[in-house]
Amino acid sequence: MTETEVLATTPGLFPLPDWAKEELSDLKGHQKDDLIAGDETGAVVDAYERARREVVERQEAAGLARIVEGQLRWDDMIAHPLCVHDSVETRGIVRYYDNNNFYREPVVRGELTFDGDVAAELDAAPGATQAVLPGPYSLFDLATDEYYGDDAEFLAAVADFLAGEVEALPDVETLFLLEPSLVENPPGDGLDARASEAIDRVAAAARNGCGATAGDGSQATAGDGSQATAGDGSQATAGDGPGDGAGDSERPDVVVHTYWGAIPEKPYAHLMDADVDAIGFDFVADHERNLYNIQEYGTKSSIALGVVDGQNTLVETPAEIAERVDWVRENVPAQSFERIYATVNTELYYLPYSKFEAKLDALAGVATQEVDA
Amino acid sequence: MTANLVDTREQFRPPEHPTEHFLLTTVVGSYPKPKWLNRARELADDPAHDFSDDHLREALDDAARLITDEHERAGLDVVVDGEMRRNEMVEYFAHRIDGYEFNGPVKVWGHNYFDKPSVVDAVRYDEPWLVDEFEFTTGVTTRPVKVPITGPYTLASWSFNEHYESVEALAYDLADLVNEEVDRLVDAGCRYVQIDEPALATTPDDHAIVGECLEHIADGVPENVRLGLHVCYGDYSRIYPEILDMPVHEFDLELANGDYEQLDVFTDPEFTKDLALGVVDVHTSNVESVAEVKENIRRGFEVVPPERLTVSPDCGLKLLPRQVAFQKMANMVQAAREVEAELDAGEIPVETA
Repeated sequence: MTETEVLATTPGLFPLPDWAKEELSDLKGHQKDDLIAGDETGAVVDAYERARREVVERQEAAGLARIVEGQLRWDDMIAHPLCVHDSVETRGIVRYYDNNNFYREPVVRGELTFDGDVAAELDAAPGATQAVLPGPYSLFDLATDEYYGDDAEFLAAVADFLAGEVEALPDVETLFLLEPSLVENPPGDGLDARASEAIDRVAAAARNGCGATAGDGSQATAGDGSQATAGDGSQATAGDGPGDGAGDSERPDVVVHTYWGAIPEKPYAHLMDADVDAIGFDFVADHERNLYNIQEYGTKSSIALGVVDGQNTLVETPAEIAERVDWVRENVPAQSFERIYATVNTELYYLPYSKFEAKLDALAGVATQEVDA
Repeated sequence: MTANLVDTREQFRPPEHPTEHFLLTTVVGSYPKPKWLNRARELADDPAHDFSDDHLREALDDAARLITDEHERAGLDVVVDGEMRRNEMVEYFAHRIDGYEFNGPVKVWGHNYFDKPSVVDAVRYDEPWLVDEFEFTTGVTTRPVKVPITGPYTLASWSFNEHYESVEALAYDLADLVNEEVDRLVDAGCRYVQIDEPALATTPDDHAIVGECLEHIADGVPENVRLGLHVCYGDYSRIYPEILDMPVHEFDLELANGDYEQLDVFTDPEFTKDLALGVVDVHTSNVESVAEVKENIRRGFEVVPPERLTVSPDCGLKLLPRQVAFQKMANMVQAAREVEAELDAGEIPVETA
């Protein structure tokens, strides 16, 4: 049995520091036409830069194992990468899952070509070691298609788009793909397999492209869409990673993080076909059904455990967090993990800034706790 | 409570009402604040200014008087003070309830934030919430006054819960506090209370919790006191017909926004309560003409007869420019009066109860 590494991290989407909430609402305004379109300049860029630096430093001070950029510009939450795209029109304000939060409905009206918004954002955060993106199924679920005309084609286009964005990312150690829609609006027959293939496509891009420099052998396959097609993608890349010494040390862990409950069994079984390093589970919202999925269908060699509540101001102690991690390990005796990502279950922007900070500190404190191996 | 055994509505008919038919006209509650009131709040919050709490109180009184008068001039049968003293529908109450604390603003959307409070201890009744507001408003108008109260389910759902086992448990404790407040309001002379539960739109499957909360709230309330429930911007088919079992006289529903697409929901099974029908859209600054509003009012007769129809905007008017808000109310009242006259003249065929 190899020794398990416990890494404290978050799924990103942080609250703005209070000064930035005020400064940016004065600079940008309060209406839907005032939200980020990806073309901001001057004082707005400057305010986001200062806020980004602050949250990166705050994570470092807390001692988290992975540092995210914070996604402070994501006015439309995980729909952001589409809402800033030139081929996308944003319409009315719609409810964000079952929350008292709203985002602009992104309506895709043209080809989803490469954008680079998220890569540029991460480039501007030199301390960041973890990238965060919506998973293809959730982004597909939150958007409206008026161009591709067919669910399967649209989902594939969203996956290709995200794959392109991932390939442009700077070097990171971990990539979190947020997939709450797998729980909140799970894919039915047929779509469940395609959702898994779409995730596989984006994960393959991370292995082949993300952080790769010119001349790196692994990059040659990056642009080759055929490699990631259903069925063969996982096989080809699975053999590829460990065998390729140069690519292996560079490639990020890909974590597909789910939350607000548990994925139904069938889509979970399909998700297990995707070649990712870890699946993330929300042990705050539903520990029983998540545990059932893991016991029944197994999980990947690493795992992400949502053990801190991103939607409640009650701050967990490091001991409580460690206890929750242990509880999962004790209940999955058949499996040992390479890495356990101890994380907040959801995005963190739901919290007031002071409580957000307290949660980062508590989460980082899990590293000093006695986590039973 | 079965369908209105006691008529709680006739008491609101104005003494000189010109027609035999009476369509009760009112508003949901909130109204745009005069700009100077927002300025006064800023000054009161700024330590560099010599603007005392007494000054702010005077400004709030002035605003409440002004908006109550504006409602009266629009011709409403039952008025509200436009909720001038309430900054936000959850914060206002949380500040007055023991067990709550505030930790800073959280995002609703874009750069719109609210100070979402945390429940850190058992909630307890501390100071009266709305009795002063009600007494002041009653003192500056000759019309009956309705008191809107944020419902316990919304107060619970839109707070962080650090203390209770569940949102449900918190909601029931809060419902007991609302019951205490209603009791005090009734002692002060209030005869019309509206419980606002916008959170039900997000989690419609929790309608049974809202129903149980209303049982707590209605407990001991005299039978001549009119109780209403306001819900908005949700899929009503998920709460109907179950809501008919709730102990209220009236449901106040947003329906103009969706162009009455959901009206059919309430026709089967038969709607047994009074209907406060939203007849103007609060999310467009386009003022509906009197003719349009009359058309909307007539849609209400597909669900209830005239003697059970209340005429109201979809929701609070507070996000509209003030002139637009006023004109919407004025057109709404004129439309109701014209429909009443047409009903008297037998020009509108309706089934009578």
